[in-house]
Amino acid sequence: MPLATADVIGILGDNLRLRKSVLPLSSKVTTRWTEGLGLPRGGETVLYTGMMYQLIPYIEGLVRAVDRLGDSWMGSYTKLGRRVNRLVNISAFMARPSAAERAVYDRVPIDVVHLLRRAGVRFGALYEDDLYSGALAYDLGLDEIVAEHAAKVLAAFRKHGVKQVITIDPHTTTMLRSVYPRILEGYDIGVSSYLEVLTEKGVAGNGHRVRPIDGEVVVHDSCVFARYEGVVDEPRTLLAAAGLTLRDPENAGRQTWCCGGPVESLYPAKAAANAEKRVAQLRAAGDEAVTMCPMCFVNLSSAAGSTMRFRDISEYLREAFAS
Amino acid sequence: MTALVNPGLADELARSDGFDADACMNCGVCSAICPMGVDVEVRRLFRYVLLGMEDKVRAETERVFSCLLCRMCEENCPAGVHIAENVRTLRHHIVRTGFGLGEG
Ligand code: SF4
Ligand code: SF4
Repeated sequence: MPLATADVIGILGDNLRLRKSVLPLSSKVTTRWTEGLGLPRGGETVLYTGMMYQLIPYIEGLVRAVDRLGDSWMGSYTKLGRRVNRLVNISAFMARPSAAERAVYDRVPIDVVHLLRRAGVRFGALYEDDLYSGALAYDLGLDEIVAEHAAKVLAAFRKHGVKQVITIDPHTTTMLRSVYPRILEGYDIGVSSYLEVLTEKGVAGNGHRVRPIDGEVVVHDSCVFARYEGVVDEPRTLLAAAGLTLRDPENAGRQTWCCGGPVESLYPAKAAANAEKRVAQLRAAGDEAVTMCPMCFVNLSSAAGSTMRFRDISEYLREAFAS
Repeated sequence: MTALVNPGLADELARSDGFDADACMNCGVCSAICPMGVDVEVRRLFRYVLLGMEDKVRAETERVFSCLLCRMCEENCPAGVHIAENVRTLRHHIVRTGFGLGEG
């Protein structure tokens, strides 16, 4: 039996408050992507991951580890007890993804670094101070805990002299751009996603060397990018400039259909059923689809199995503009 | 069995940023296009709030937490109701008053 909703939410809240992330990972894991890139520590403009892409292979590892039990990953995780979780970092004992699995997700911020450099953007990173944004806890209504956490994120920005943040995934983008200004007094950090920055800088054109990708791809818009942040045209502009022919599924742009990911931690069967419906729409439009959020990527690719291929947008862009 | 009515529920929730369930005309567009279908049915939740039926809201905890916050409904709502934020506000109310979470 999955644990009650209250316990799952309690564990997530405790983790965010005590360990600064809903699923606490060591900073060695969350900063591995920075190795060898020579990114300055801090500065006025930083690339900020909010740990989203780094968290996904660990969540996948948990899903696999508990799948046999027919339980939600969060339900099984919390079976060990919220009380215990307050004292011990349980996730340290959970299933570890392989190096190859981790590399798939670590590659995204690395590709983004190369793309931004190619576009002439100068930026640093916050390494172990690049904290989770609190997105899932905020969605679950843990407002007081998120406000406390957001203050820690802002303190990290201040400590490193940050004025402008470049984000990668939609959930971190909306937290930092649309939620923090409402819950933090004096929050004055500028926030843009790398897709917006690349479009604005013209990496898609303006004489940049392009290795065009010959092929067709179905665009799966993220609900958060499309409906919360109005990011609909940028990914299309960049993908078209990369040479790709774009196909829209039945629900696209501002009418996009959610991948189901947001309810995965509480009701995995509902999340999976929703992902299957979306995969059917995407498959009707083509064999390969592009995602721009790690949650969409993991939910849709696991629902599709081998029937369809998914790639993160950063992979296409790196191949065309910065390989 | 008598229903536990909290006539102040809508006002209590209305104190949160932009809670606007009272703008809902109960037209059903949201239910028709919601990816989660009857699992969520936000307009029913809004009715309970407006009628102060706190016990009904609590009994529907799974509905409240099954919403994807995807805003598909909001994009198409003729009354421009802030549906996803209303659902999030209900969650906040439930975790704070029902689960005893969220503070401290
Ligand atoms: S679409 Fe808007 S007005 Fe119509 S029932 Fe839903 S919330 Fe109410
Ligand atoms: S936000 Fe999405 S899941 Fe929630 S009620 Fe609206 S359409 Fe349904």
